[in-house]
Order: sequence, then structure tokens, then C-alpha cells
Amino acid sequence: MLRLPAFTMERPGTYAEAATLLRAHGAARGDLTRGTPSLPVMLVAGGTDLFPNMKRRQFTPRVLISLGGVADATGIARDKSGLRIQAGTTLTTVASDAQVRERYTALAEAAVLVSTPQLRNMGTIGGNICLDTRCNWYDQSAFWRGAEGFCMKTHPEVVCRVAPSSPRCLAVASADTVPALLALGASVAIQSADGTRTVALADLHQEDGIAHTKIARDEIVVSVTLPDATGWRSTYLKQRDRGSFDFPIVGLAVAVKRDGARVTDARVALTAVASRPQLVADAAKALIGGSLDEAAIAAAADAVHKAARPMDNTSGTISQRKRTARVFAERALRALAA
Amino acid sequence: MAELSVLGKRLPKVNSWAHLTGSAKYADDLFLPRMLYGRLLRSTQAHARITKLDVSRALAHPGVVAIVTGPDMPETIGIMPSVQDETALAIDRVRYVGEPVAAIAAIDEDTAFEAMSLIDVEYDPLPPILTIEDALREDLPKIHEKSRRANIFKEVHLSFGDLDAGFASADHMRDDWFFFEGNTHAPIESHSAVASFEGDGKLTIWTCTQVPHYLHRELEKALGLPRAKIRVVATPSGGGFGGKSDPFAHEFAACLLSMRTKRPVKITLDREEVFYAHRGRHPVKMRIKTGVKQDGEITAVHFQSWLDGGAYSSYGIATTYYTGALMTVTYRIPAYKFDGVRVYTNKPPCGPKRGHGTTQPRYALECQLDKIAVDLGFDALEYRKRILQPANSRTVNELRITSMGLGQCLDELGAKTKYSERHGQLPRGKGVGIAGSAYISGAGLPIYWNEMPHSGATVKLDRGGGVTVYCGTAEIGQGSDNMLASVAAECLGVRPEDVHVVSGDTSLAPVDLGSYSSRVTFMAGNAVKDAAWKLREWLLDAASERLAIPRECLVPADRRITDLRDPEQFVTFDDAVVLAEAKHGTLSAAGSYRPPQGIGGGYKGAGVGPSPAYSFQASVAEVSVDLETGVVTVDRITTAHDCGRALSPANVEGQIEGSAYMGYGEIMGEEQVFRGGLHKKPSLLDYKIPTSLDTPELEAIIVETIDKEGPFGAKEAGEGPLNSVIPAIANAVYDAIGVRFDETPITADKVLAALGKRDNRGMPKDRIGPEGMGDGQEAANAALRRLSFTTEAREKKKANA
Amino acid sequence: MTKQLLTLNVNGESRTVAAEPHHTLLEVLREELQLTGTKHGCELGECGACTVLVDGVAVLSCLTLPMQVGDAIVTTVEGLADAGAGAPGREARKLHPLQTAFAEEGAAQCGYCTPGMLMSAKALLDGNPSPTRDDMAQAISGNLCRCTGYTAIYEAIDSAARMARGG
Repeated sequence: MLRLPAFTMERPGTYAEAATLLRAHGAARGDLTRGTPSLPVMLVAGGTDLFPNMKRRQFTPRVLISLGGVADATGIARDKSGLRIQAGTTLTTVASDAQVRERYTALAEAAVLVSTPQLRNMGTIGGNICLDTRCNWYDQSAFWRGAEGFCMKTHPEVVCRVAPSSPRCLAVASADTVPALLALGASVAIQSADGTRTVALADLHQEDGIAHTKIARDEIVVSVTLPDATGWRSTYLKQRDRGSFDFPIVGLAVAVKRDGARVTDARVALTAVASRPQLVADAAKALIGGSLDEAAIAAAADAVHKAARPMDNTSGTISQRKRTARVFAERALRALAA
Repeated sequence: MAELSVLGKRLPKVNSWAHLTGSAKYADDLFLPRMLYGRLLRSTQAHARITKLDVSRALAHPGVVAIVTGPDMPETIGIMPSVQDETALAIDRVRYVGEPVAAIAAIDEDTAFEAMSLIDVEYDPLPPILTIEDALREDLPKIHEKSRRANIFKEVHLSFGDLDAGFASADHMRDDWFFFEGNTHAPIESHSAVASFEGDGKLTIWTCTQVPHYLHRELEKALGLPRAKIRVVATPSGGGFGGKSDPFAHEFAACLLSMRTKRPVKITLDREEVFYAHRGRHPVKMRIKTGVKQDGEITAVHFQSWLDGGAYSSYGIATTYYTGALMTVTYRIPAYKFDGVRVYTNKPPCGPKRGHGTTQPRYALECQLDKIAVDLGFDALEYRKRILQPANSRTVNELRITSMGLGQCLDELGAKTKYSERHGQLPRGKGVGIAGSAYISGAGLPIYWNEMPHSGATVKLDRGGGVTVYCGTAEIGQGSDNMLASVAAECLGVRPEDVHVVSGDTSLAPVDLGSYSSRVTFMAGNAVKDAAWKLREWLLDAASERLAIPRECLVPADRRITDLRDPEQFVTFDDAVVLAEAKHGTLSAAGSYRPPQGIGGGYKGAGVGPSPAYSFQASVAEVSVDLETGVVTVDRITTAHDCGRALSPANVEGQIEGSAYMGYGEIMGEEQVFRGGLHKKPSLLDYKIPTSLDTPELEAIIVETIDKEGPFGAKEAGEGPLNSVIPAIANAVYDAIGVRFDETPITADKVLAALGKRDNRGMPKDRIGPEGMGDGQEAANAALRRLSFTTEAREKKKANA
Repeated sequence: MTKQLLTLNVNGESRTVAAEPHHTLLEVLREELQLTGTKHGCELGECGACTVLVDGVAVLSCLTLPMQVGDAIVTTVEGLADAGAGAPGREARKLHPLQTAFAEEGAAQCGYCTPGMLMSAKALLDGNPSPTRDDMAQAISGNLCRCTGYTAIYEAIDSAARMARGG
């Protein structure tokens, strides 16, 4: 049986305690550029991403801080700024919430397409936002990676196996909910021992397979907020090999705000085709100000196609995924136009 | 015979309840006092010499109790005695990434895992050979010194009838290349074994093997312990599919570690290790040249196969022959030539997977027949019906055909699916395809030469009216325990749930050769019937005497022996047992089964292919192709299967559906592929087993032909129905988009490429598949030429002699 | 690593065990509590064989730490049959309709995915007494079965649902 490496576990009752514990265990000294296994302390919520990674020895923290016992870590509430989802809310809850389904459809559609029912019952929205990037050279056992000679994500002195001349890690952003949240204009509240800050989700991720978010090692994502969705419609499409279990090899979310036939605002977000989930600004530009006609859809799809730059490190092929990104943009926009 | 009281009825399997309450004990569920946990250290190199192997640091690690390495078990072992080329653990040389090198026993699994990193092992790498084409080159290192030419493991050439005349008389010829990608069994239960060497010098191993008897033989050889002191118990397997029918390193290692420590040792593989244990479907490159008359009658077939065998032989000789042997049993072929080559490569060894060796050529043949039907303007269903090999006949390669229900299968399918009305008539992107196939009901010969039974069974009746069946069969989920109970119950007139079954135990039960080649229902079924029938006679005698009614008028059913003419006249089963025991003494009878002689030819190589009976089946697949993303969805698979008689209809349907599911997975995405020498997807996330959301609607149609030699008329049901599914899907995709898939798997990317839509560039193609050996690489073509020269030279020499 | 005492509420029994903090619920159920009915096929969340119910919700025991479970109610396949068994005047343990239906429909071949499959099916039926075929396919989409092609499993869940509704 494949087992976890040994660790001790802390179970704080509040985010403040969790933040204090992170600091006390030296989280700030954790440095991903020294390799993912070097982190001394990590947070765990649902465990669906971290525990497999730990069993494969991609991470070997000596201390885990569980967020499972944190008070008020779950829940979905509407206030004047929009809809706030606590980070510990499970993907099942997000996917089945009536407000999310009705007003933030892309998010409900994305959440229900994550992995399997069991993993959605365990995995959280906060965890999905922080999901480790994936790569079929990296998401392998310690034995396999040792046979290959490792890669820069775990061993900084080694090359990137996907493209040995790449100066950075090319692991792929793989969270389904993130493009949906991007398209819906989400922002994220992040807490540390120093206090709480709010960041636009669009500014949270970066094009680096190792340091893929700007969340500091001693910070905790505590909630995600969606702005008022009046006038917006949205949808999410996912390509993968099988109907469950699989991570996206293309994920595309579109949100469109219309006044009559005229598109007054739009966001198109892509994932699984780069290290970072991205808003495709040119696609939005092609849509805003016009009606959702075939010409606008074609222009937006062109922009999506151009923005999709997959590498050969997931299932499927580069050309298939690029093409699918275009087709999904067309299909998603046509569905919203209907 | 009177109406059957048990067989043919829809009853729960007798072993269902253990599965459904969690009480079934699989190997990893066994925990013995003082048990140690073992793990295997595996090679990180595809091809290398071991220059250093020092276990001293690991041995000194707290909690480590013992370590064994290759030289501790120097004997060569392997499933086929004639070509043994493995040792239990690697000695001096490693031949694939993941090959077991050492085994550790420790107080717990965490400790064993940690200690693996303390074994100092160094390698001197050799160039890895990873493709069939490279393996045919003479200028690369040999993976096994025993190979006489290049890295060829086995080369076979068989010719029947007048091939030249056949081709000369053809009105139409086809010459097609195919490639079938390798894939693996992926049972949900990973391999596990617990060994316990006791103070009396006896060893017991509980292991999820499909072949307890063959493992028994190999353990004797590797451990140097007489077989009389070894007991192998096959635990219920959480899926086998052929993947647990070789003797494995963890079994030998657990035994030796237990002998060294005098404590029980458990070794359970993790999922990644199961991909390295493999023994799955061979990647095979194939060429078929077929001549037909204007009316479609086949005049000659020349079939060539090149099998990528991986690093060791496994069942490779049989696999190689099987790619050619069963091509003749479905349709009339008057002249047939078969050339097969299996090569060694530095990858986990390939072996038998459901349909063993016949799946790949069947795919090629049925795809080619679909092309011939198009060429000649025939309906593919009707065409197949016109060229059927007849029942009670001999094939050109001398295989004896008895019952043969392929025609009924095609009729049932046609009626159910309206294939002929729909084929060619659906909108673009929608397609329907058909294919037929066949499989053996057990191999005519055992894997080691002997004249003993292939299956033995003992049935014992006790004074309380209890019935116990003892048979060495391995229950792997196919329902063999239920089959034994049901056949015994039918013979004796009790209910299956009344029967105790002791199976898979080499000490308690007579030998059955194992759960492979779909042999168990036919052979063990006949053996248990043989045994139970003897007891039935005694019971009838006793009842006849008591009731003063002639035996011919008595029938045992529902725990009574009743007068057929007057149901009020009966003796209870329990009373009959007491009467019979008083008369005959202890009520126990043995039965056995050995396939008849003369069911195959006498030529060299004739040992593979003969079977006491063949199953036949045909499938219709319905598909939808997304013309924009290239994604193929299989909507529905309907399979009609001639199983002789369905002893347990629900179980037969389960085998047909499960086969369709597995075949669907093989053609739509499962692949055991490598990057360098490293397995590209050794996990259940990356190796794409279909989920409930992917699996098509599956429909099973049972066709019964009541085989005259099968137990109560039964033939196999577990493997054949996989074979027809794969080409049916490929043919349906052709119907949908006009593209021939002459290679597996069918992926979205390949569909886009064929549609000329790969990243909006490229020209449409009407075919995806190999052009020949090496896909145009010069070196490989040269190797092929050399090979064919040799083949011709050899035949000329034979002709001249 | 030091073992820690923890108390789990499993199948209606309160059980205290000493386990190392990094040992998963799967390991503790099988190795400390001898509840070997819960199986494992990958230990990475990629097969569903280890599915158990925690407060009625289907989760993977291979990715759950006992400490995270707290005092929630854990149900494994061994607890699927009538939980009030053994009390005076009660009849022997009664099988859950799913167990009866799986046997009758031949939904368990090798039986190895079955415990996990049963738990996912129970979670479905507890929340939806009349599931459609699509509901069923979704509910068991996290449980790989290598034997059946799922067809008999749908028939069994459907039959169990009818049994439970008294039909």
C-alpha cells in the first residue's frame, strides 16, 4: 500500500490560530525554489490534492496544519458586495448551491466537473484555487521520478523535462473552478498573522509551474467573493479523456453581460493550456460592444486559439488541445447567445 | 435428460454474500500473528548490468528483519517450462524499469519503504531496445544472450493449403497493415501474497494467483523446497483478466523471506508496481494479405505478426502462435500462411490478457473483411454469414470445430440492431459497425507436457446431507466457485447454495490447471460433473431400493429423489445419503477431465489452437464522432455470444458485458506506452480505465448451441466476447466518418488528423495506421527484408529437403 | 513517530485505537480495526475502492486522516446491513436492499470494487430514493469497476431502490 510520509498535525480552531501556527512552524522560510519537497509546513483542507502528492513524495512537510476544524470555514452567503464563499466549502456544496447555479452558472458547472463525487465531497473551493500545477513528468512516484532523474520542480538543479531549455517549470494549471471564477470576476481574501488582504483572482496566479500563485507560504486563502451578477450569463466547458476523475486538458469559461442584444461586458478564461489560468483579454475585446453574432464569436475564438499554448505534458496532444480551445470558445459563446 | 433444476436459472452466485458483506478474504486482507511486511526494490534502468548491490546499510536499519536478492534464488523460472528466461529477482542484469532487484521484510510497511532507499545499487547502463524495429536489428546488444538472431525470442512459420494457387485464383486482393497498441489488465485489486513458513518445515502461500498449480511447480524450483512441503492457496482475486497467471517476484520473495525469518511475510504491490508486473496485451504489428473471389469467397490468407514481447518470455510462445492459430475458425479459408515473430524489448514483459494473442489479429481480420465488403459492395453482416466455417468441420490448419453458432449470433444481432438497414444510412458523424470472432474453451494442451487430467474434482457427501466440492480452480471473479456448486447441485439434486466449495488449494483439492484460456467451465465443469455423477448413481440406487421403483424413473431435484411419474413417491436427499453411505461406505468420488485426442494437427506448432470447443460471437457498435473536437463516443455495443449453454445466464451476460467494456477501453484509450524506457502512465489516473460515464450502453444476447462435449453443453463466455467489440467499433467509426482506423487506440487527435483539422492544418486522410514496418524508417525496412529473406530461404530449404 | 489515541465511531461502535498521525482512515480501518471489507486499489484517489461514508457522505478513506474525522459517524461495508442486530428480540442481521439486489443482479463479479460501490450507491439512495440511470451513472462515477461494465450495477441499484420503496 502506498502510504504517507510521517508528519505531525495541528488542528487550529480559527484561521487566526492557523496563521499563527504557520508562522510558528517557520512557513515563511519555506521556499518553493528549493524544490517542493523542501517545504517544512503546509496547510491541508480536503487533502485530495496534497495527500496524493505527499504519497508520491512531491511534498514531505514535517508539519501539517489542518483547516478542517476551523470555525466558519464553510458556507455561502450573499451580501452587498456579491456572493461570498468560505474557502472550506466543499465543491459538492458549491456545485449544488441554488444561488451559484442560478447566478454563477459557470462556477456550478466547473465545480461539478471536478474529479469524482467522493473527491468533490472532500475537496474545497479554497483548495481548488490553490491546486498544485500538474505535469506528467512531475505527478509520478518518487521511484519513477528517480528513474527519470527528477525535474526542476522538486530538484532545482535539474532541467525541466518537458522542454530542457526552458528557464522555468512548465507544469500546467489544472483547477476547473479557477477559470470559472476568473470569468465571474472573483476576488480572494487572504489571511496571515499580519492581517487580511483582498486580491483580484486575476492577479493571484502567475506563469510559473513552481511558484504558480502569489500566495505567501504563511498566508491562507479564507474566502472567495463573486461580484453581483445581474445581467451576466456564464458557462464552463471542460475537455478530458474520461467523464470523471480526469483533470482538464482544456478548460474554458465565458461570462457575458448583455443589455438587450448588446454585449456590455465579457470575460473569457482558459485553463490547462499554460502554467497559469488566464483571462483572454483579446477575446473579451472582440465581444464587448457588439452583439453575440458569428463574426464576434469567430474573432473571440481566434483570440482564444492564439492564447492557448499547451505543452506536451498532459494527456491529449498540443494540436488537439489548441483546436478544442477554439471550438469550446465557439460553443460556449453560441450557447450564451441562444 | 429431464429438465434442469439449477443450470440455466437466474440465481445469485454462491460466493456473492461474502463479497457483499465485506467478509471475503482477499490476500491483502490476511493478517497473521508476527507478520512482516515486504517491499520490492525495483530497477530504475531499462537495460543495465548491476555493478553493485549492497544491502548492508538497509539491513542495519531499525525494523528491517531480512533482505533477499537475486542470487538467493538462482534457478531460472517462468510459466512456460520450455523457455524459462527469468529469475525470481534480477541477477547481474536488469531488463526493464521496474524489474524487481531485491526484497525487504520489515516490521511494518513504512519501515520497509524507508529502507529501500538504503540499498546501494549501481548500474552500468546498456542501450535500451524499445521498438519492434530496433529489436530486429542485428547490430544492437542482445537483451538475452540466448537469442540466436537479433533480439528475436521466437519465430514461427506455418503454411496450410496451396497459398499460391489460392492467390492466383482470387478476383480481388487486399494487403493491409495494422498496429494494435499494448495495454494492460488493471484489475482493481493489486497483486498480493502472504507466505508463512512454519516450524514443521512446511510453507503456505496465500496469493491472488490465477494458476496455483503452475505457481506450485515454480516455487519448488526457485526455493529448492520439495513441492510436497508447499501449499499454494489461491485467494479470491479482485480481477485477473490474465494478469495474475504468471509466477511473480513478490510471491517468491515473500516465501523466501518467510523461510529466512520464520515469520509470515506479506507483500502487496502498489498500483504503479502492477503496471510493471504487467504481462498484458502485446503491441502487435500485422500484415494481412487476403484473396477473394468475386462472390467474396476467401481463396487464401497470408498473415504476418510482429509481437513486442517486452523483457521476458512469459506465455510468449503461446501468444505468438495464438496470433495465427484462430484466424481460420470463423470463416472458410482454404489456404493459409502464418509468419509470426516475437521480439524482446526493454519493457515490462507482455503476456496473456483476455483473448490472449487472438484479439489483435481478430481486429485486423475483421477490419479487413469490412474493407472487402465495401470493395465488393456487400452488406458486411450478410457477407460474413455467407463465408462461415461450418459446424462439425476441420479448418485448414486442422482444428476440429464442433458446435458453431456464429451464424445465429449474426442473425440475432441483425434483428436486434437493424445493422443492415442502418449501415451507410446514418448522418455524417454517426456510424454502426459489425464484427465477428471466436475463442477457445480451454487449451487442448497444458503448458507442460503430461498425460494427466487438466482438471480434477472430488465431491464428498456427509451424513447431514452436506455436499462439498473440492477443485483446484482459482476464483477470479469469473464465477468458477458458483459454476462448481451449480454443476454439482444439478447432478445431485440439491441447491447451489447448499454446496460448500473448496477451491484453489493445492493441498486440499485436486489439480486444476488454472483460470486461463477460458478453460474452467468446460474442463473443471466436466470434472465435477464426472465426480458428482458417480455419487448420483449411488444415491439413485439407494432410493430405488428403498422405494422399490426402477432407477430410470427417479430424478434428483430440490433435495429429493422423486418418482417422475408420481411426485408423492420420493426419498429426501438426506435420507438417500444415509442409505447410500450404509451401502457403499464413505461417500466421496473423484472426477477428472482431459481434452480428447486428435482435435488438432500433428505438425510442429500444432499444440496451440486446438480446443475441445470454440465459442463464437459477434458485436455491433454504434458511435458518434464530434467532427469539431475529434472526440468519439461509443453509444452502444450489442454482442451476441454462442456459449454452448448458459449454465448461469446472469453470469454469462456479465462476462459478455464485461468483455465489451474491456474491449471498448482497449480501442478508445487504454495504452501501456513508454517514453524512453519509462512507463508513461503507471497510475489509474493516467491509464484510462473507462468510468461509468464513459461506458456505452451494453447489451448481451445469449446464443445456445448445446455443445456435445461441454458440461451440460456449455462453452466459454469470459474472453471471446472481447474480441468482436474492438473491430466493430473501428468499423463503426469508418461508417461515421469514412476513416479507417488500422491502429489502436482511436484518439481525438488521430480523428482530427484524419479529418484534416489538426490545429486547422493538414489534409484529410481516409486511413490512420502503419504503412509497413518502421513507418518508412530505412533500418527497420532492412531488418524486415532480412527477415523475410530468411523466411523464404528456410521454406525453400524445407521444400528441397 | 509516536502513536496517538483516537476514538472513531464506526458502524455504531465507539472504537479507541492508537495510530500514527500519518496513517490514513483506510489503514486504521483495515489494520487497527480489522475492518478489511474496505478495499484499496491505488491509495491516490484514482479508483474509489476505499469509499466509506462519513456522516452519510461518500469519501475516500485513503485520503482521509482519522484525526479529521473526529466524532463523525463512519460507515463501512461491514455496517451496511441492519445496524440494530443482536439486540434481544431482534432477528439476525438483515441485509441492506443493495446487498440483496447486487447478488440477484450479478452486480459483483470479482467483488473487489463492490464495498466502495455499495457505499456510493447507499449515499445516492439515501438522498434520492428514485434515481434515474443518469443519477446512478453520476453517483458511481468515482468507483472504477473492471469486471461488469457497470450495467448490472445499474440494474442492482434500481432494483434496490424499488425494494426500499416497497415496490
